[in-house]
Amino acid sequence: MTGPLLAATGVTKHFGGFYALEQVDFEVGAGERVGLIGPNGSGKSTLVNCITGTLRNDDGAILFEGRDLAGLRPHRRIRLGIARSFQIPRPFAAMTVLDNLRIPLLYAAHTHGGLWRTEDQAGDEAMDILGQFGLEAKAREMSGGLTQVDLRKLELARAMAARPKLLISDEAMAGLSSNEIDEILAILLGMKERGIAVVMIEHIMRAVMRFSERVAVLVAGRKIADGDPGEVMRNPEVERAYLGE
Amino acid sequence: MKARWFALVVFAFAILLIAITTTTVKNEYFYTASYTVLQFVILATAWNILGGLTGYVNFGSAAFFSLGAYSSVVLYTLFKAPVPVGIVTGAVVAALVGLGAGYLTLRLRGVFFAIATLALSEVLYTFVVNWDFVGGARGAYIILPNEAAFGFHNNTQYLFALMVLMTAFSIVVARFIEISRLGRGLAAVRDDEIAAECSGVPTLRLKLVSTTVSGALMGMAGSTYPYFMQYVEPTSSFSLSISVNSIAMPLIGGMHSWAGPIIGAILLGTIQQLVQVTVSSAWNLLIVGVLLVLFVTLAPNGIMGWVDRWRARRKRS
Repeated sequence: MTGPLLAATGVTKHFGGFYALEQVDFEVGAGERVGLIGPNGSGKSTLVNCITGTLRNDDGAILFEGRDLAGLRPHRRIRLGIARSFQIPRPFAAMTVLDNLRIPLLYAAHTHGGLWRTEDQAGDEAMDILGQFGLEAKAREMSGGLTQVDLRKLELARAMAARPKLLISDEAMAGLSSNEIDEILAILLGMKERGIAVVMIEHIMRAVMRFSERVAVLVAGRKIADGDPGEVMRNPEVERAYLGE
Repeated sequence: MKARWFALVVFAFAILLIAITTTTVKNEYFYTASYTVLQFVILATAWNILGGLTGYVNFGSAAFFSLGAYSSVVLYTLFKAPVPVGIVTGAVVAALVGLGAGYLTLRLRGVFFAIATLALSEVLYTFVVNWDFVGGARGAYIILPNEAAFGFHNNTQYLFALMVLMTAFSIVVARFIEISRLGRGLAAVRDDEIAAECSGVPTLRLKLVSTTVSGALMGMAGSTYPYFMQYVEPTSSFSLSISVNSIAMPLIGGMHSWAGPIIGAILLGTIQQLVQVTVSSAWNLLIVGVLLVLFVTLAPNGIMGWVDRWRARRKRS
């Protein structure tokens, strides 16, 4: 297949008179690692919500593998292969950690992972994924009682259970300790081997610079830079947005 | 247990129960009391599919119950429809209204959905009160011919038998939904609708299935009511006590499994029947209230919650 995995062009989203996104173009290639940064309120999460279908963009087009996503509800988009983690973890709190992963395995993974899975197959696969995230010891615990770092991992594990082609990690590391950040970074870096493209939204620059092959910067709903991480950091406009005049 | 085996066992048990009671029990009151308790088993089970599994509180169970009851009245008035026809029609009509209520979940959540269902109940009540064809506020009579169908001694036993079978059917449906992929999806909707949608769960479709099935079962439970009582009027069929009981029973029994509503309905229904005979039916709602307060404070997960905790403790030791 030629062309990018995800191609968003001219994406615009406004809430009343406030433009959260204005004519944003954003591309992700297959297996690419992209960092998406920007100050608070710059529209990062809104862009994610438009890509995953939680919000509807008012203007612009979002193509995934060349297919227009307009009008598709989130559950259809994750079935196509766009998975996300939430900035504030949203576990299925009354379920065990294992059952949390069963949901996407039963409802989303079948479209590109082959056949519908049975309960037991989903259980085995969920255990496997939990192993990769170091959560297997907590598989039978209620997800509502997990610690913050485990909740972040569960978010990513659940997104992975959908067997995505593109994973959008929305501030999975905010508020975590430096060791915990390394843990999650290692997990995200490991996605490359599985051919999964990752968009990492993050404020922690150390993580972004280590992780990204390319960095895009959003400021006040506009993309002001996009390219090689080192170059983007030297960009005077980016400096101004982050450090002021 | 596989769903098919479970269905077989439940229906075998139901038929056995019918055979034993109809040959040994002559007391009419036994049938009236059991019929009422079983009717609540269906209502509680049906309510729990939407309320317990999906997390949407339906405060208008009486409306769906009445849709079933009045479908029977209409069919009987038009062409003396036999009971089974009334059952199927009642279920279908209530299912359609359930589907409509399902679209409410698009915009209404939590307490607002509950209020909307209560309002739906009031609207339908007003409609029936002003509809002369079904007797309006005066009510309507359905007098079945003296000879009961299928060789039963009398109509009371015949309708009791149908009620047992309908209860078995409801239990089989509820358990099937709970253990299937559908049940997992509904549980995801209950815990977090946005996360569910983003995990591939078609939330709207699942909610529509849930409201439709729940409504259909409630309509089914109501469809035999006018045949059994031989008379129905809107104040009793739309009674708030039906709606309240349908909520209280799963709450007391436990909402996270199909067995909870059954236990709650049998417990609460039987207590109400006993009190009705020994003291007065005026006490019924008071009993519901007291039990609800007790359970919400002492056992918020109901009786099944106790059982689960006890099981977990035994497994650990």
